[in-house]
Amino acid sequence: MEITVTVNGQDYTHDVEPRTLLVDFIRTKAELTGTHIGCDTTSCGACTVLLDGTPVKSCTVLAVQADGRSITTVEGLKGADGVHPIQAAFKEEHGLQCGFCTPGMMLVAVALLEQNPAPTDDDVRWAISGNLCRCTGYMNIVKAVRAAGAQMATT
Amino acid sequence: MFPSSFDYVAARSVEEAVAEKASGGDDTRVLAGGQSLLPMMKMRLAAPAKLVDINRVVGLDTLERTNGHLRVGALVRHADVARSDLAFGAVESAAPWISDPLVRNLGTLCGSVAHCDPEGDWNSVLLATGADVVARGPSGERTIPIADFVVDFFTNALRPDEIVTEVRIPVPAGRSGGSYQKLERKVGDYATVAVAAHVELGPDGTISRAGVALTAVVPRNTKVVAAEQVLVGNRPSDELFAEAGEVAAQASEPRDDVRGSAEWKRNVVRVFTRRALAAAARQASS
Repeated sequence: MEITVTVNGQDYTHDVEPRTLLVDFIRTKAELTGTHIGCDTTSCGACTVLLDGTPVKSCTVLAVQADGRSITTVEGLKGADGVHPIQAAFKEEHGLQCGFCTPGMMLVAVALLEQNPAPTDDDVRWAISGNLCRCTGYMNIVKAVRAAGAQMATT
Repeated sequence: MFPSSFDYVAARSVEEAVAEKASGGDDTRVLAGGQSLLPMMKMRLAAPAKLVDINRVVGLDTLERTNGHLRVGALVRHADVARSDLAFGAVESAAPWISDPLVRNLGTLCGSVAHCDPEGDWNSVLLATGADVVARGPSGERTIPIADFVVDFFTNALRPDEIVTEVRIPVPAGRSGGSYQKLERKVGDYATVAVAAHVELGPDGTISRAGVALTAVVPRNTKVVAAEQVLVGNRPSDELFAEAGEVAAQASEPRDDVRGSAEWKRNVVRVFTRRALAAAARQASS
């Protein structure tokens, strides 16, 4: 069936099978490969995108369910100089090593900071508890999210 | 991983969803949050011929208190329950423990209830609080007590032409409290052991109604009537709750698995039942 999904402000209209997963639509139809496929079983959160602003695991949503709706992927994160404050903070605080989980982590962080601009460590840990990172031990991710919140509050 | 091919219908009304479910029967599944159904389809544990997506049906996202009940519509997400001021007792206690934050954003309480996974949390909460499931079919609506709705693991009491439209959880008029105690290895894992408790106190301070139900240590979510009988008519006390915990532990049927030994899980049931009842009673007395 033909669907139109808005990804990062741009409309993508394609004919897809109902069983096409949203993550595959994003990667193969919209050709945006920043959204990663990790576990493919709703566990790891590497495929996290914002669906109308809410973080969801895009391996567990059908593309047809997103017909007419808005998706934000990591490619949609932009700041004044092209780099979003959350991206700058992940770089500054060493919030990543291999980077596989990073797009999902950052999108969850953006959604959290929208609701709670000054989260505590516990708030951040709670928010990212559906996203796995095998490199960092999470410490620097938590630091990065809080630093981004502080940065965004001053600008 | 992709599911097997299926026909997809996005229903616009409850009537349309029921008609689509009725015409497809057993081979048709309702898609609400999809957080259990889609993984099962991807792993080919389920291969429905048709999905009826109810996400675009208007009016199924009702979360309100009316006529002494908390009404939870079929599109109310776990996250909606978790952040609602209307949730209370064991419902409020369990909501933040459902899976992980991202799954809670899409998964629905009613979907979890209909799924009848014995490791699912909500059915124990509903058994403890004495909730009803509202089902709609071609010939109208019927209300099914949760104890009748949960038939067996992954088996509910719906007819092939019915869908769940809402769950109604009674809101006690007097002093009451509830708690959900869950042990999980990590966020998003199924419960190793979980216990739901609900307590209502009469004017004389004795327990007038009690609910105890178990998750993951029985073949289906199970109400422990014997433990409830220990409680009703007595004043809340540590000794009473310890006795109820002992009864619940004996009623559990845990199995050895990667999450732990049966003996250890039975001990967790004993302790968690006591803790859940104590927390429920504290809430009821405050």
